Amino acid sequence: MSLTPSNYNIVPLIKREGILSVLEKGSRIDGRKFTDFRSLSITQGYAKKAEGSAMVRLGDTAVLAGVKMKEDVPFPDTPDQGNFIVNVELLPLAYETFEPGPPDENAVELSRVVDRGLRDSKAIDLKRLCLVPGKKVWTIWIDIDVLDYGGNVLDASMLAAVAALYDAFLPKVEINGEEVKIIKEEKGERVPMNYPVVSVTVAKLDKFFLVDPELEEETIADTRLSISYLEDGRIVGIQKFGSGTLTTQELDAVESIARASTSRLFEELKKVITRPEGGVTQ
Amino acid sequence: MHPRHLALPDRAVMRVRYHMTPFSTDDRKNPSLSRREIEISKVIREALEAAVLAETFPRTTIDVFSEVLQADAGTRLVALMSASLAVADAGIPMRDLIAGVAVGKADGTLVLDLNEEEDMWGEADMPIAMMPSLSQVTLLQLNGNFTPEEFRAAIQLASKGIEELYKLQKETLTSKYSAYKEVN
Repeated sequence: MSLTPSNYNIVPLIKREGILSVLEKGSRIDGRKFTDFRSLSITQGYAKKAEGSAMVRLGDTAVLAGVKMKEDVPFPDTPDQGNFIVNVELLPLAYETFEPGPPDENAVELSRVVDRGLRDSKAIDLKRLCLVPGKKVWTIWIDIDVLDYGGNVLDASMLAAVAALYDAFLPKVEINGEEVKIIKEEKGERVPMNYPVVSVTVAKLDKFFLVDPELEEETIADTRLSISYLEDGRIVGIQKFGSGTLTTQELDAVESIARASTSRLFEELKKVITRPEGGVTQ
Repeated sequence: MHPRHLALPDRAVMRVRYHMTPFSTDDRKNPSLSRREIEISKVIREALEAAVLAETFPRTTIDVFSEVLQADAGTRLVALMSASLAVADAGIPMRDLIAGVAVGKADGTLVLDLNEEEDMWGEADMPIAMMPSLSQVTLLQLNGNFTPEEFRAAIQLASKGIEELYKLQKETLTSKYSAYKEVN
């Protein structure tokens, strides 16, 4: 059951008016332009025990993604494909109102939106995760821990998931007919990635559209629209968050703003996922 | 509301549950709430909150429970539309009814109101719900891939479908009362 939240972050009215009055002057409370992302850093290989990992800091937001895999039986309808599972944890240390326990609706929604972005874009080559058709495949677990909740956790989570996947190696395998020997201690191939995906969130606040909202902007926003993109501008996922509304003209405007902001994210991602031997890692 | 600390001093709390009966799908569905149902309950609640004048009833709750009896794609929108009608029928003030439909892509062609096959094998599924008289979008999701041009065309196509559904919803609501006209 989904309840109207009651203990959510509260921003005093006077602060809201302050934020809006700065927006009226064409700037944001942290000095950014409406279409700017906050400072972004992506560090791969942050968690040594994971097969791949990435720490993403987006302003005050910090997200750590780790990739683990396990051999598994394929689903009956996709006998020649591996699987992946995304899980987001909003840890109690990340924000004052977060409680320990199983993922709440916000965490479930976040993980499902990241999952859809990765799945519908076909960013992961699932066919190459098949070991023995119909018998044995890899399942990739992408666990995303939100360590610091500073707004726009979704875009940070998507970046962390993609960077961690590009960082990850499958264990070494020796296949002999139907017999599969897995050597966990040795690195095998890289996780087969086709291309990166990014998500861009735009908050609607009064008559303003703000890319990458920080926590207070996000809290007082009427609604947020998150759109996932491939580098060629193709849309691979959308989710509207919050109970505000938009007109269809506003949807058009938000989509254009979001698409224009993707180049910065792809640029930052490529700095870490591009290997010195040239080209994006396969 | 119980527990009392969850009540809101300035408005009603909305409690929304979207649930599928175990026999609503081809394979039996586990009756416990899945992650999909948790997410859909949330997006339906948020869509409803946009329409319901919850500030008319401070410190109360408005419960909306929807059960999917037969699933053939588009269940979240049907649940949302029936919920908005049920809330209106309960006499709770609303800004507008909510009508919604999914637009998808099957074999590269945009199609309105996907069925189960198109949903499973198509390339995109975009549920969209609006308050038609106010031209406001209250629910929007996309599963699959669209070019930006297809996205804009899909919204246009959905708006047409939504107008039709909205007309039906209003007829349904008014017919309930017109039936009692002859009573002395």
